[in-house]
Amino acid sequence: MTGTDRMASAAPRERRLTASRPPLPSPIRIGLSRVVPELKMFYRRPEQMVLTFSLPAVICILLGSIFSTKLPHTETSTGAVIAASMLAYGILSTSFINLGISIAADRDTGALRRLRGTPTTALSYFIGKICLVAIVSLAEAVILLSVGLLFFDLHLPATVFGWCTLTWVFVLGIVSCSLLGIFISNLASNAVAAAVVTNGPAVGLQFVSGTYVPLIVLPTWMLVVGSIFPVKWMAQGFRSVLLPSKMAAFEPAGSWEHWHIFLVLIAWTIGGLAACLTVFRWSDKG
Amino acid sequence: MNSAVRVRNLSKSYGQLQAVREVNLDVGHGEVFAILGPNGAGKSTTIEILEGHRKRDSGQVSVLGEDPGVAGREWRAKIGIVLQEVSDAGMLTVAETTRMFAKCYGAARVPEEVLELVGLGSVSESKVRTLSGGQRRRLDVALGIINRPALLFLDEPTTGFDPEARLRFWDLIRLLASGGTTILLTTHYLEEAAALADRVAVIADGQVVAIDSPLDLIRYVSSAATVRWRAGGEIHTVETDRPTKLIRERSVAGAELTDLTVSRPTLEDAYLQLIGMK
Repeated sequence: MTGTDRMASAAPRERRLTASRPPLPSPIRIGLSRVVPELKMFYRRPEQMVLTFSLPAVICILLGSIFSTKLPHTETSTGAVIAASMLAYGILSTSFINLGISIAADRDTGALRRLRGTPTTALSYFIGKICLVAIVSLAEAVILLSVGLLFFDLHLPATVFGWCTLTWVFVLGIVSCSLLGIFISNLASNAVAAAVVTNGPAVGLQFVSGTYVPLIVLPTWMLVVGSIFPVKWMAQGFRSVLLPSKMAAFEPAGSWEHWHIFLVLIAWTIGGLAACLTVFRWSDKG
Repeated sequence: MNSAVRVRNLSKSYGQLQAVREVNLDVGHGEVFAILGPNGAGKSTTIEILEGHRKRDSGQVSVLGEDPGVAGREWRAKIGIVLQEVSDAGMLTVAETTRMFAKCYGAARVPEEVLELVGLGSVSESKVRTLSGGQRRRLDVALGIINRPALLFLDEPTTGFDPEARLRFWDLIRLLASGGTTILLTTHYLEEAAALADRVAVIADGQVVAIDSPLDLIRYVSSAATVRWRAGGEIHTVETDRPTKLIRERSVAGAELTDLTVSRPTLEDAYLQLIGMK
């Protein structure tokens, strides 16, 4: 059969195939349908899951136990200060590092290119990823808060105001760090490279942001560098609700600076969104 | 809309390398069309531009009536793409992966049915990363046809297959073609193009050197037959359009021509000649 014959005989069937199709699901609906598969892909990689969840908890217990002396004129140990701050590291781990690596991997394996050939939009893809990050971050927060309550005498907020602060620091922290993770995934050509470009900066940030060592012992230049990035502010926000209020005296500014925290995290969220929209690409091909 | 795919003067360069030069193609509805050429000839670049995965430098491209460079979600719902070299979703099962992609469309085939169709029904609960190369490719096809596409792109679908897996894969493609799906495939296997395609575009060095049915390609290249025989310890070879006449003249006295053969060019000869290897 020649091409022309086939064209003629296939015409009626072809009309059936191109005939009007039922409306597509909205990008949001496609995005929500990706949440469960994303979760499965996360927890079926036990090594990644163990690293994400246990590393912040283990470091929290180790550092918290090393710095066990009480701060002057308080009932609070340096370990408790670190345990409260460590929540920021937990979020950095579940959002920034996790997303940076998994998006680079999706580009590397062809998952993004395959999605690009379907009615899935970038929005759908990110809804799946952001829900994954939200669920995993919540689990991480529960683990780290439990460690803090059990070993380091942290207290959950007693007021509605305290819970509100905890919530917005948590949410803005996740969003800004997720956007940074999406941004940095564009700098890596594969998952291994992404592990380097996310974990490297993350370790450095821990030291200048007061999650490994209390801010008061840092030299000024480290404080300045740390103040540029969101981790320092997230950690400060968590300390403000998990430590007794008089601990504000041990902050570099002598207060919790809630407005500063809010503005810095919002600025990173907006900047991160703009950067992602500019540089996000489906594949490495031009 | 007369053809499913229409390409005019398509060009694409990567820096100094001109991968595709002034390519023209037309693929009819319901046709199985193969782009055949050696590695690096520009096959994948061409098909990726048609899929909307790559930007072109110049030329006009229409796929199902739209420009793939700017076409939207509705257009994507009408095409199916089987990519080269993907290894995603390794941790999901075959069935989970298929269900995930079915949810991208307004109407999709039933995941279990499409897995039966491609012969993966028995491994639907296996993790994708445990599949063999051939099974992985069948899953790619299952995901490519889950939306009943009007047009299916297959980029070197059987590279790395053993001969039996390749034959089974061809049967699958024929089944889809018989259902009216337009199929555009790239391959560097001659026998694949001959076995599947209604028409073949031979591409070399980024240029289309011939487009025709496999049979006509052979005719196009050379209609001459080669007559060979031995006389006096020497092998004689003559190319002629009239082998019968030649043999009659040579054996006019009733002499038997030793080791006489008459051969026609094969598609392989035609192909090698077209891409300038012969």
